[in-house]
Amino acid sequence: MKGNEAVAEAAIRAGCKCFFGYPITPQNELPAYFAKKLQASGGVFLQAESEIAAINMVLGAASAGVRSMTSSSSPGISLKAEGISYIAGSDLPCVIVNVQRGGPGLGSIQPSQADYLQATKAMGHGDFHVIVYAPCSVQEMVDTVFKAFEIADLYRMPVMILADGLLGQMMEPVSFPDFTLSEPTKKWAADGHGGKRKKNIINSLFLQPDDLERTIRERFARYDEIKARETEAELYMTEDADIVLVAYGATARVVKSAVNLAREQGIKAGLVRPVTLWPFPEKELNEGAQNARALLCCEMSMGQMVDDVKLAINCSKPVTFYGRTGGSIPSPTEILEEIKRIGGVV
Amino acid sequence: MTHEILAAGFGGQGVLFLGRVLAQAGLIDGKEVSWFPSYGPEMRGGTCNCSVCLSEKPIGSPLVTHPSVLIAMNTPSLEKFIDFVVPGGVVICDSTMVDTEVSRDDVKAFSIPASQLAADNDLKGGANIILIGKLIKETGVFTRETFKKAIEKIVPPEREHLIAGNLRAAEIGINS
Repeated sequence: MKGNEAVAEAAIRAGCKCFFGYPITPQNELPAYFAKKLQASGGVFLQAESEIAAINMVLGAASAGVRSMTSSSSPGISLKAEGISYIAGSDLPCVIVNVQRGGPGLGSIQPSQADYLQATKAMGHGDFHVIVYAPCSVQEMVDTVFKAFEIADLYRMPVMILADGLLGQMMEPVSFPDFTLSEPTKKWAADGHGGKRKKNIINSLFLQPDDLERTIRERFARYDEIKARETEAELYMTEDADIVLVAYGATARVVKSAVNLAREQGIKAGLVRPVTLWPFPEKELNEGAQNARALLCCEMSMGQMVDDVKLAINCSKPVTFYGRTGGSIPSPTEILEEIKRIGGVV
Repeated sequence: MTHEILAAGFGGQGVLFLGRVLAQAGLIDGKEVSWFPSYGPEMRGGTCNCSVCLSEKPIGSPLVTHPSVLIAMNTPSLEKFIDFVVPGGVVICDSTMVDTEVSRDDVKAFSIPASQLAADNDLKGGANIILIGKLIKETGVFTRETFKKAIEKIVPPEREHLIAGNLRAAEIGINS
């Protein structure tokens, strides 16, 4: 199954009842799959007139307490930024998928990871975060979708799955785990009260500064909880590693191959793969890098994650960067050369 | 053993389908598999290729840059990728469509007039499967039984009548 299709199938199984989207390569198989399957499972698929309309439809459906999703690729995600900020400001759960392509502007339609900063730091205006997951295989995309809906409901906030054209377009074998739907009762939902309870109001406008500050501080207290509980990373061959590479998503696969090549040549390389990009796995990175002399950050961008890596280890070790951008995918041999260049000890 | 296969040709020759059959066959044999298409603007009437990895180990990059097997369905594809084939690798050409010779002597090159054979045997569009037959014959990447299971799995029920043609096409390649 293609990554894009697998995401849609997983979402339907996770109880997603509304999908709103607007076409853009390389994520088109995702809405196409929903278009074929969602209605049959009692949901609504709607191709909106624009990305902006789609994200605001998500806001509406989420307000009514319905599991909702939208997906797009980089330029389309930028258009959704305003709506995502409103959703965060309204404390609404939803899942947003970004199958990244090269940017800026219309860029290219090839795989990229150049939306890292947007996703982790500035997904819209205002003081807020979205939880960002970065799966690295089609199977992990599936598993992440289930988790994303649960986490979104648990913390009442948007969750982003940050994929890329490579993960969206590739096919891999995939299995769908048995999933028991455990959607919580949403007492806050504006789903019609029939005169039987107090009305619920979904709102992101607070004209009194004190009121707004209070809601933001409440939200940030929740963020602290998320940082403590939901941070995830994969550590690969880091125990004795001289050089620790840091990479996420599709690039992490390439880096894993490079680490294996390096090990075959006697170079002690390892990989720390952030699974959550926000919150960033600081503790896990420090654990993985404790015996390293140097860190090498690899991305399909000009180095958007490097600062997070440096901050996480408090600049205690040299951090260098190797990346390709604009839709180019690095090869394992390129990365191996870079490992050697920064001094892989044989 | 890891096979990194690159299949390339014009859009419409069934390059992506060829790749899917290989990936499905690998899956049936219990291997780790990945399939990654070129999805750029070149698909619209131009060249088209897809990467398939079959391995006993988890697959790193699904993008094949240095193939161990190159299947070339036209001249531009052979010219574009021949230099990247690993030494000792296998190159299979559809000689109806490829009008140049393989320029390297450190690879195992095979050619078969797959498109012509498809036309002669009333198997329109079957050149891709004939090439898979040739691949089975020359590399033993999987067996004809595995191929049969893969085809039966991939061809949708409403097109079941196409299975026999695909099996016949593969036999032409295997017996060439």
